[in-house]
Amino acid sequence: MKKLINDPANVVREELQGIEAAHPDLVKVSYDPYFITRADAPVQGKVALISGGGSGHEPMHGGFVGAGMLDAACPGEVFTSPTPDQMEAATKAVDGGAGVVHIVKNYTGDVMNFEMAAELCRAEGTEVESVVVDDDVAVQDSLYTAGRRGVGTTVLMEKIAGAAAEQKRPLKEVADICREVNANGRSMGMALTSCTVPAAGSPTFELGDDEIEMGVGIHGEPGRERMKMKQASEIVDMMATAIVDDLPFGKGDQVLAFVNGMGGTPMLELYVVYNELNKFLSGRGITISRNLIGSYITSLEMAGCSITLLKLSDDFTQLWDAPVKTAGLRWGV
Amino acid sequence: MSEGTGISYDAVVAWLKAFAATIAENRAYLTELDSAIGDADHGINMDRGFQAVLAKLDSSPPGDVGALFKVVGMTLVSTVGGAGGPLYGTLFLQLGIATAGKDPITADDWAAALAAAVSGVQARGKAEPGDKTMVDALIPGRDAFAAAIAEGADLPAALRRSADAAEQGMTDTIPLVARKGRASYLGERSAGHQDPGATSSYLLLRSVADTWVGDA
Repeated sequence: MKKLINDPANVVREELQGIEAAHPDLVKVSYDPYFITRADAPVQGKVALISGGGSGHEPMHGGFVGAGMLDAACPGEVFTSPTPDQMEAATKAVDGGAGVVHIVKNYTGDVMNFEMAAELCRAEGTEVESVVVDDDVAVQDSLYTAGRRGVGTTVLMEKIAGAAAEQKRPLKEVADICREVNANGRSMGMALTSCTVPAAGSPTFELGDDEIEMGVGIHGEPGRERMKMKQASEIVDMMATAIVDDLPFGKGDQVLAFVNGMGGTPMLELYVVYNELNKFLSGRGITISRNLIGSYITSLEMAGCSITLLKLSDDFTQLWDAPVKTAGLRWGV
Repeated sequence: MSEGTGISYDAVVAWLKAFAATIAENRAYLTELDSAIGDADHGINMDRGFQAVLAKLDSSPPGDVGALFKVVGMTLVSTVGGAGGPLYGTLFLQLGIATAGKDPITADDWAAALAAAVSGVQARGKAEPGDKTMVDALIPGRDAFAAAIAEGADLPAALRRSADAAEQGMTDTIPLVARKGRASYLGERSAGHQDPGATSSYLLLRSVADTWVGDA
């Protein structure tokens, strides 16, 4: 394992120290327990948005804390969900009196820890709405699994609901916007290489030089199937077909297309993927009216990408365009 | 440690220390099992949690087994993370509720506590037998202990039967297709791998037997 770290046991703490040093204008960092809040939290009268998950997916979620997006993020250990005491403390720290939305990715650990946290917060009188993101079409039969994983749509939800909260929309409405984004977003990922969890020290999975993992999750957990390497056009066709057939997106739809790098993928390749995706969608009469291209929900140094499509309403488009000022996403300010 | 009067507070502490050592020894093994069908952190997370438990043991006031279990449960909830944190945290919190105010605990107390713990884990994780989870080791372990006590076995024999049954349950997860947790995303590809959660649960019941029975 070759990584720019000091000690695997300290990576999360040292990362937080780096974030605090880099962005004092945007965020504050708590170390006991770990969480990151907006520098100006709590914002009175505004619904607070909190998300969280394992570390190793940067800039998600700490990089999305700031005006127009998240009020707090709870980082767990690498690829490990944070704990209820972190989420409870973060909830208290950012509650501006208008209630709190917990944005939870559908992973067993995240769901259970956030569930315990919400129980603790409600017991103390804080209004909490929990929203679960489950947009990964790679997980087919949810009857026999923990259900679809929460992946790329999470980023879009945090931006769109964050803008709604910034407009001081009420708790129920912000939570419903989250649920509507979830209902209209679909994702699929693939990996060219594995990542290595620092504390484990060796790659999570082995892939041959000529193999790819289709439908991979954001922790390097295996996906739909392992297959021989193909051209970008074929790979995008497989991913986009799975996504479009699932919602289904139809002729005349306006979508937000999010091409995400898993951490080890150059922008050159992401633009090649975007080009193929644009051609694919044009061929079906679907218009990309907004896009996001880059590495936003990563899996350490894993090479590969994910594609997320969100069907846009006018409200979603306006909320997406609204100003945002975070370390990972910034426009309009 | 278990001479007819039941299991003392000190015996429980000895077990927790032994289990923490077992987890530390098996940290790489559990992580390796998890990397095959999960996200390669089970051993790392459990070790982080039980090292935190060890630190708490020295400062816990002696004398109440239930209070001790609750401290362990809360420590695991706040340090393990992942699915293991809420599940093992709940397991120990339920052991604590079932043994509140007791020192020592009897074989019947342990049977009741184990039943409460397994129910708690099932309620939290919503797993059924055969889903390829820790429940697949815990349920046979619980049932074997209760059956042994009902048949009049002494505590050492019952604990050994409990551990043996959990071991069989753990081994029986190998051919199963996972239906819960991250392994469930693998579908059929999860078959052929031993479940890491069932493995740590087996180790838990084996360390109970080893500690409270000794080498007898």
